[in-house]
Amino acid sequence: MKEASGNNFEVAEATEEARTGSSSTRPSRTLWGDAWQRLKRNKLAIISAVWIILMIIVALTADLWAKPLLGSPTEIDSATMAQNSRLPPSPEHPFGTDTLGRDVLCRVIYGARISLSVGVLATAISTVLGLIAGALAAYNGGWWDTIIMRTADVFLAFPYTLFVIAMLAVIGPGIQNVFIAIGILGWPSIARVFRSAILSVKENDYVDAARAMGASNFRIITRHIFPNSVASIVVYATMNIGGAILTESALSFLGMGVVPPDPSWGIMIQDGQTYLATEPWLMIMPGIAILTTVLAFTLLGDGLRDALDVKMKDA
Amino acid sequence: MADSNVLLRVENLCKEFPVDSGFIAKHSKNARSVHAVNNVSFDIKAGETFGLVGESGCGKSTTGRCIMRLIEPTSGKVIFEGNDVASMNAKELKAMRRDMQFVFQDPYASLNPRMTIGEIVSEPMVIHNTVPDKDERIEIVRTLLDTVGLNPEHINRYPHEFSGGQRQRIGIARAFALRPKLIICDEPVSALDVSIQAQVLNLLSDLQKEFGTAYLFIAHDLSVVQHISDRVAVMYLGNMMEYSDWKTLYAEPCHPYTQSLLSAVPIPDPDIQASRNRIILRGDPPSPIDPPSGCPFHTRCPIAQAKCSQDKPELREVLPGHFCACHFAEPNPIKESSIEL
Repeated sequence: MKEASGNNFEVAEATEEARTGSSSTRPSRTLWGDAWQRLKRNKLAIISAVWIILMIIVALTADLWAKPLLGSPTEIDSATMAQNSRLPPSPEHPFGTDTLGRDVLCRVIYGARISLSVGVLATAISTVLGLIAGALAAYNGGWWDTIIMRTADVFLAFPYTLFVIAMLAVIGPGIQNVFIAIGILGWPSIARVFRSAILSVKENDYVDAARAMGASNFRIITRHIFPNSVASIVVYATMNIGGAILTESALSFLGMGVVPPDPSWGIMIQDGQTYLATEPWLMIMPGIAILTTVLAFTLLGDGLRDALDVKMKDA
Repeated sequence: MADSNVLLRVENLCKEFPVDSGFIAKHSKNARSVHAVNNVSFDIKAGETFGLVGESGCGKSTTGRCIMRLIEPTSGKVIFEGNDVASMNAKELKAMRRDMQFVFQDPYASLNPRMTIGEIVSEPMVIHNTVPDKDERIEIVRTLLDTVGLNPEHINRYPHEFSGGQRQRIGIARAFALRPKLIICDEPVSALDVSIQAQVLNLLSDLQKEFGTAYLFIAHDLSVVQHISDRVAVMYLGNMMEYSDWKTLYAEPCHPYTQSLLSAVPIPDPDIQASRNRIILRGDPPSPIDPPSGCPFHTRCPIAQAKCSQDKPELREVLPGHFCACHFAEPNPIKESSIEL
């Protein structure tokens, strides 16, 4: 540095900006904490989250109270079957009964187990596959990128439901195979979202800063790129759960998914469609269950996207 | 230049970026490229501040990033403490990066928003394992934060809770965490308000006095460079035009480009500002994809002659320690008579 301090700018050492810029009494907030504060203000997202949590609790504890109260969702009591067949909603059977005399509410509750687990597990499979594929494509670039993303394009070029049906036709129906088929075929869209998220994060100076420090590729990915691109995946996966539930219902409706007598919302709609004119609750009740659940996941995803968007920090 | 004091020597550094993408275009014979840095050579002595100025797009940031190998140079040598950075393997590069750090232009993009200030500033120490003990590391970070004028109590805060000037201080603390011998400052103050600029510049010069670090200070603002640099180099269209110690360069620029740049610096006195003759260059800088023949500046130079469009002037020592790439290099080459008003 040249000639001592005489050449420093003639400013009062105004370091108040630096030292007292923010009062030290305010508790420090993390970005996730900030996101939670914003999410709390979004009523629709909170209602959706409460609804989802309620569904999970109901589905998990169903054995404790639904079975004793409403009867088994699968077993058929041949003695009472005829007189209990297709009863309208009543205090005893809030959602009515189906053709075989089973309580519809009970079947909807047990159906939630299957729908929620398909949604979560299938999404988990797609997310893991998609994250790996997307990370390899974006970080390595070049041929990796070309091969992985063109493969994804091929997958996406097939109509999704038809592809899943074709895969189930090969591996056979059944709940495990539904998990696998929906999960495996869902990776391309997640890979795309994650790849673009990484590509935009990679351009940031803090990634260059980490490289300039001598950080390893592993450290750069796990400490710098992943934490900054994970938000878009959280949002996408949440919405994807709703989509997977819908796909499972469609498959069961078409007879490719859950095998009777297991209750699934899709099967129930299929069973009930014959009676739409006379006993509409057989179809409407599981339909409402699908609608509210898928809507809840989509609205929660929407709320999460707004909450995690750093640019809306001060909104 | 067998000066044992030389910390970094850049020799004939070139960087070209391909313009056309795609397999066929890249491999065709007449593939075009941007000549971002063209045969740049200079050296930095231990403990000095070397200013690099030029207008936007002249390749000064690319030069800085090539030195650090954040961008791979196309050709040329970057010799840091006797070793060629351009040919280092990953292990040697990591060792070199202990001694060479970077301060970025944009204080909003250069700090990871998901890490606390403590994690950001201690990260270089974690990567190089210089301070294995965590408590000791935190103590060093607190001291560093205090040194750069931040409250050590804010160690657990996140970058978005700070202002631009404070963030730049965090970036500086991070750069100093390993006590490097050279810090490349890529326009560290151009994103800041003028009053904050002065604080950050003062901080940088105070830290230099304390730790004896050398700076490569990249800027487009001549007044900023003037206040911090020992020597100043001027770049234009990827080429080094002139370099010298700052006093000579400011008092007697030998290159017409430097002279016109200096005449554009506003003087904070309305009377002098109104009465002086500014040299106004016509036109825009030529495209670096298709640079002009001969001297890169001849298309805009007020004193250009026929020779300038044919022969490219080499950087030569016109006065002791004063290098200039102009056929007609002399102190203040543009005379009053050649200024068209």
